[in-house]
Amino acid sequence: MNFETIVGLEVHVELKTDTKIMSPAPAHFGADPNRNIHVVDLAYPGVLPTLNKRAVEYGMKAALALNCEIAPVMNFDRKHYFYPDNPKAYQISQDDRPIGSNGWVEIEVDGKKKKIRIERVHLEEDAGKLTHSDYGYSLVDLNRQGTPLIEIVTEADVRSPEEAYAFLEKLKAIIQYTGVSDVRMEEGSLRCDANISLRPFGQEQFGTKTELKNLNSFNFVRRGIANEVERQEKILLAGGEIQQETRRYDEATGETTLMRVKGSANDYRFINDPDLTEVHIDEAWIDRVRAEIPELPDARKDRYMNELDLPAYDAMVLTLTKEMSDFFDATVATGADAKLASNWLMGDVSAYLNAEAKELHETALTPEGLASMVKLITDGTISSKIAKKVFKELIEKGGDAADIVKAKGLVQISDEGALRTMVNEALDANPQSIEDYKNGKDRAIGFIVGQVMKASKGQANPPLVNKILLEEIQKR
Amino acid sequence: MTQFTNEDVKYFAGFAKLAVSDEEAAVYAEKLSELAGFAKELKEVNTEGIAPMTHPIQLYNVLREDVPVDVLDREEMLKSVREHEDGQIKVPNIL
Repeated sequence: MNFETIVGLEVHVELKTDTKIMSPAPAHFGADPNRNIHVVDLAYPGVLPTLNKRAVEYGMKAALALNCEIAPVMNFDRKHYFYPDNPKAYQISQDDRPIGSNGWVEIEVDGKKKKIRIERVHLEEDAGKLTHSDYGYSLVDLNRQGTPLIEIVTEADVRSPEEAYAFLEKLKAIIQYTGVSDVRMEEGSLRCDANISLRPFGQEQFGTKTELKNLNSFNFVRRGIANEVERQEKILLAGGEIQQETRRYDEATGETTLMRVKGSANDYRFINDPDLTEVHIDEAWIDRVRAEIPELPDARKDRYMNELDLPAYDAMVLTLTKEMSDFFDATVATGADAKLASNWLMGDVSAYLNAEAKELHETALTPEGLASMVKLITDGTISSKIAKKVFKELIEKGGDAADIVKAKGLVQISDEGALRTMVNEALDANPQSIEDYKNGKDRAIGFIVGQVMKASKGQANPPLVNKILLEEIQKR
Repeated sequence: MTQFTNEDVKYFAGFAKLAVSDEEAAVYAEKLSELAGFAKELKEVNTEGIAPMTHPIQLYNVLREDVPVDVLDREEMLKSVREHEDGQIKVPNIL
């Protein structure tokens, strides 16, 4: 390729507050149209916005988790535009004094680490939702009007669709860990636009950029950028010029189509919002909010690898969500073997969650429950085969592994005398296998072990059966 | 002094979707020119080291606790809109 890809991302994240940012109406997804509305949201004459303290603190928490500096003094501005999704005809946002600035997020692509700088994080309100009909009118639902948002703007540091994807994954994980948002793209609580331009390698000045919208999944972001890069490249190679415009990603075709050309009339007439006072943020307030941020995924990953000796892959999988990582930590905290706990969480637990389309907290499994089972495996009370039965019970009904083992009579038989009797019974019943073994067919051993396991309903201690069998078969 | 023309006034009024007649434009052109002159005067004052003021009232950190209150009744609200459908406000299609 002749050109270097330059991408900057703008990500909107809905904050999970109980009320809207400027009105005390409930802010939650999925209510009946126009049920969560307040006179402030509808811009009735004479109403005044009131700033939600938690929205400020959530914004601050996200900005801190993204390594931003927090503005000691910030204020809100009006961004004017005319559209029925916003009855005020202006959005309350932050222009020149955003809550956070100069942050960064570290990503890893193809084993290479890189920092994507965050230019700013600012607080603003979301707009209502419009449903367009085919009959010349649109329907307006103002439930979402006023829902708190943070807009996260990166510097133009992203150099490929893959880096954009990695950045979004990391950003999502960090925000999810802080607990300030559900960051669900399918519910619109995370939305992303991409600014894309090309420049010849070696050139310092950026080329003309286009803005790409309607990117409804991280995969679409990746594909949309790749497609837009291809489109711009074709134009530039043919000697054409890129027009500064907004384009829409079409999920069906995978291509981008023109939405509108950006003109000089696009003037939002920003002014300070005189209805709202300044917010002064001192160090004590910042420290209080910072103290609420849990250990973030990268730090946990390092801890799992360095302190618990887990492989990088395990550390990565376990820290994908805070719920899984918290669960793992709690399991290990009760003294369970870390690698074994990790294996169960990545294996049977994840398989169960996928099959049942459930989250961990929707199952009956507790960290104590998993730990009790891991301990029984470690001390040899149950085999991993029996553990599967115990696990099913634990994740469906809950409880303690030791109780389940006792109630169901699943204790592993490690009594040598009893096992020797079982082994001899199996040998008596299968003279052919003895013959086979003596003729050098080692597989016969496996067959007999299987017979013993079957006779013991899976409760025989397999290594012990193996050992006794080898002793007994020699005597024959 | 910066002089605003009638065309300037109409240009800026366009952003706010305001219709302005020629007579009105002439009045506002003069007023805006005066305002610009005043702003220019401010430029001559030494403001180094003085923090920008965003509000004449020196209040800050007026914050509301995150507790929901009763919402506006939807049916009441819909009485004040011209047309509605399924609890939603009907507006001309704007794309």
